[in-house]
Amino acid sequence: MNAPSEFLDYGPDAVLMAGLTGRNWRLADYVQRGGYDALKRILSERIPPEQVVAEVKKSSLRGRGGAGFPTGLKWSFMPRNFPGEKYVVCNSDEGEPGTFKDRDILRYNPHALIEGMIIGGYAMGCARGYNYIHGEIWDVYERCEEALREAREAGFLGKDILGSGFSFELFNHHGYGAYICGEETALLESIEGKKGQPRFKPPFPASFGLYGKPTTINNTETFASVPWIIRNGGEWFANLGRPNNGGTKIFSVSGDVARPGNYELRLGTPFATLLELAGGVRGGRRLKAVIPGGSSMPVLPADVMMATDMDYDSIAKAGSMLGSGAVIVMDETRCMVKCLLRLSYFYYEESCGQCTPCREGTGWLWRVVDRIEHGKGRPEDLDLLNSVADNIQGRTICALGDAAAMPVRAFIKHFRDEFRHHIDHGRCVVAPYQ
Amino acid sequence: MLSNDSLAKIDAAIAKYPADQRQSAVMAALAIAQDEHGWLSVPLMDEVARRLGMPPIAVYEVASFYAMYNLGPTGRFKLTICTNLPCALQGASDAAAHLRERLGVGFGETTADGAFTLKEGECMGACGDAPVVLVNNKRMCVKMVPDALDGLVAELKAAADRGEGATGAAEAKEASGR
Ligand SMILES: Cc1cc2nc3c(=O)[nH]c(=O)nc-3n(C[C@H](O)[C@H](O)[C@H](O)COP(=O)(O)O)c2cc1C
Ligand code: SF4
Ligand code: FES
Repeated sequence: MNAPSEFLDYGPDAVLMAGLTGRNWRLADYVQRGGYDALKRILSERIPPEQVVAEVKKSSLRGRGGAGFPTGLKWSFMPRNFPGEKYVVCNSDEGEPGTFKDRDILRYNPHALIEGMIIGGYAMGCARGYNYIHGEIWDVYERCEEALREAREAGFLGKDILGSGFSFELFNHHGYGAYICGEETALLESIEGKKGQPRFKPPFPASFGLYGKPTTINNTETFASVPWIIRNGGEWFANLGRPNNGGTKIFSVSGDVARPGNYELRLGTPFATLLELAGGVRGGRRLKAVIPGGSSMPVLPADVMMATDMDYDSIAKAGSMLGSGAVIVMDETRCMVKCLLRLSYFYYEESCGQCTPCREGTGWLWRVVDRIEHGKGRPEDLDLLNSVADNIQGRTICALGDAAAMPVRAFIKHFRDEFRHHIDHGRCVVAPYQ
Repeated sequence: MLSNDSLAKIDAAIAKYPADQRQSAVMAALAIAQDEHGWLSVPLMDEVARRLGMPPIAVYEVASFYAMYNLGPTGRFKLTICTNLPCALQGASDAAAHLRERLGVGFGETTADGAFTLKEGECMGACGDAPVVLVNNKRMCVKMVPDALDGLVAELKAAADRGEGATGAAEAKEASGR
């Protein structure tokens, strides 16, 4: 709170985002903050790749992109002795509604990501990487291009990095407006110059990824955490959080709070603390509901959230998922039907159309929620919504189907009376949405 | 149809990928072509296809899959406003209504003078700075409360009158006049 005003305020626990002013993003600034030390140490001490992976495992870093999969374990799936090209790919296609943390890493601390990807490349034996950047953030893409130029010039990228014999090249790929490309196999298709349609799995990317070669995909924040893990040790990182939930996490807080923004906290911090950092509910209103992990995750009522800590396991126990760490806050004046309607439209709009349950089901969900919102709901509609959701979940190629279904179920489960009232009386129980 | 400058940019994009994977540069090539011509006509996409050694149909597929490609002419300035839930909770619904009223068009429409096309967008990964408006895919304007929107519209209108912004606007004007 009392950080000198020249620094961007990510909260008192910030690690990845500590000491950033918005202007000190260049390589020289990053080096001054201890940047590239981890890479230099790995290369000069010739730390074996297996040991780097082991350190990441020890950190209990879990993927920051949505699924929370243990990163060290994922890295260990890459075939060691594969003859030929292997790839590391960063998912900076941040498009999950409510999530805006990767943009801050990319524009304010891009070299943390670059260093993390080089270390990942070293650990998994890859000579090439791609960073897939969300289409709508052109200026951020340009900054990342500049950061790569700096890293090449300084000899951190290219052939025989710092005379170690290890070579690695990294490129930015700019998306052009498709949420589905955040799904890792759609993202690979997109880099290959095709429509971003998810692939059937298996085979998983670790065996058949970019251009059919072994590939590991991680989120921006995941890679950007790696330099700190190597610099300070996996155990240090693990201890920042809780067992099985290592490190700090950047939470993007949006919606009805006084100070929407990114806050980096130790995993396991109570939700109440995060809400306070974000200035509390806007206008002194009462909290009604929170989506704790991005729009695809189940909504939770205020009392449940206020009793929950912000880590993967606690949020799962409370009935939702930490997802990307996007915390969408809704106050007492918000109509839950209207909120769900906008999300349902989103999934309908963004379905890639490959699987019938998703293509047709997302349209059904949207149209039925739309008629409830507009006073034309039918008594059987809540059962209908649940049954459509049932028919989508678990029956599709990728998790967008689940992402469309889960919010619908959760909104109805926790706010059933409000949906009923809409159906029975053709209008809202809350004061009109401002 | 592509200028030497655009062709050089496309070649730089091709160089990012393995030599046998020129197709990987198609997204960049289409964006570069669109920047030059305002929108992606079939002959323009065909030129991109030739440049990358792709079947034209594969290029059309990509162009029609990603939301930021313009498959028809737009106004000189395409304004895309995010109306997804996090932004809507922070004033984007009002901002969108204000823009519609101010410009006198709905989503997907172009103003009669050919200066503006208004589009509804999805999450741009900038929700903390809502309301968010993207100008011609590249310039992101944040915290666009109604006063700020008025300022932006005035600035861009003057620029359009000077003939700045995307070309293709003349065709858009013709289309909206029909
Ligand atoms: C529809 C959909 C959208 C996704 N969007 C993103 C995204 O924007 N960013 C991201 O990192 N992961 C996203 N994911 C998750 C990725 O598929 C993948 O799990 C993740 O990038 C892996 O990185 P991590 O292990 O570091 O989290 C999305 C998944 C789905 C199904
Ligand atoms: S679940 Fe939906 S988005 Fe995913 S592959 Fe199937 S149709 Fe496409
Ligand atoms: S919801 Fe509008 S930018 Fe994310």
